[in-house]
Amino acid sequence: MRIGHTDLDQDLIASLQEPSPAPSPLSEAHLLEHAKAIREEEAAFSSQETKAHQVSLHIYRILSVCAALLIILLMLWGVMDLPVFGKEKDPLTQVVSARYLSAGLQEGGATNLVANMILDYRAFDTLGESNVLFASACAVLLLLRKSQNQAIRPSSAVDSDSFVRDPILQFGARILFPLLLLYGLYIVFNGHLGPGGGFSGGAVMGSALILYRCAYGAEETAPFFSSRTFQAVTCSALCFYALSKAYSFFTGANGLPSFISTGTPGSILSAGLILPLNIAVGLIVCSTMYAFFCLFEKGEF
Amino acid sequence: MDLHLLLENRLAAAAIILFGIGLTTLLLNRNLIKKIIGFSFMDSAIFLFLTSEGYIGGRTAPIQLPDGSMPASAFVDPIPAGLVLTGIVVSVSVTALMLSLTVRLYQRYHTLDLDEIAQLVRKEGEK
Repeated sequence: MRIGHTDLDQDLIASLQEPSPAPSPLSEAHLLEHAKAIREEEAAFSSQETKAHQVSLHIYRILSVCAALLIILLMLWGVMDLPVFGKEKDPLTQVVSARYLSAGLQEGGATNLVANMILDYRAFDTLGESNVLFASACAVLLLLRKSQNQAIRPSSAVDSDSFVRDPILQFGARILFPLLLLYGLYIVFNGHLGPGGGFSGGAVMGSALILYRCAYGAEETAPFFSSRTFQAVTCSALCFYALSKAYSFFTGANGLPSFISTGTPGSILSAGLILPLNIAVGLIVCSTMYAFFCLFEKGEF
Repeated sequence: MDLHLLLENRLAAAAIILFGIGLTTLLLNRNLIKKIIGFSFMDSAIFLFLTSEGYIGGRTAPIQLPDGSMPASAFVDPIPAGLVLTGIVVSVSVTALMLSLTVRLYQRYHTLDLDEIAQLVRKEGEK
């Protein structure tokens, strides 16, 4: 019997073995006859059903294309009423973004006004995003984790036995891994000064870890990144984020004086809590990307 | 239909056509992986639409100089950038969830065809 079979397979095998209770010489012929009868029955049933089925399928296809075209046309009709692309919008609809642009540097202290917006004015929104990532990583972990008593899946058994050590990939990974990690760290640490931030930098760092794992296999990466590491890193980063943001709201967000100074704009240690929050978000994104890859590859870290 | 108006908002129009392609893929394909691809198409269409709404011609990315000397009228709208960021994160999470559910379905039913899976589920229910 194959390893990794499902309940359904068991049911099928059981149903096939049902008509042969005694191990008589007739049993095999009996079984064959039974299978043939089932096949004939299925064929008769399907030929009867196929015609109606095919017609309904055709109708469904035509209807779905029509529905999609209708939705496209309706939305294109709406597009014609939109303000013209690339022109200035009506100032009355732009009050919020004008405020973010004009007062962001004084109030948040980050020269990257988008970072200012997502990590200062709308920091709870970004906390929710990080929680969405964490929740989906937990759900994937629940769905794909190899349970203790379940037999190893065939694909992963092949993977762990005959992991190909590709010298070209390993050489490339050895050169690229530190550079990618450094670049990701640069993006995270400069998120409040220029383009970048926790999400993009975390994604770069996560891809560096994935490259390393592809080249060297799970045995090499397991010592420094296990499921325990994932839990510790993401949970502490999320807790730090929530606590620090709650703290800043208690000590005065939204224009009230806070004793965390915004610092000199343009220097690394500025912009109050934006840099630590960027680091927390970067850690969450990095470990979640790596966790996704590991879970989809092997079902474990 | 005034095509001139559509040409002026060509990025939004392209986003909507992309959205329609994704929706049609979602409706017409029975393969679960292709359905997920259609879903990602729709995600990308919405990102394209949002970024095109935030763009204002001749302006730069909202990155202020350290002395704050650039006027607010020099920057594009920052809000769609934040919305797209949120959208990308959520779409990555949702895609991962959908793919892992597909993996579980394939492990149980050994097929990716939604109709076959529905038939097998019905057979299981009859037993």
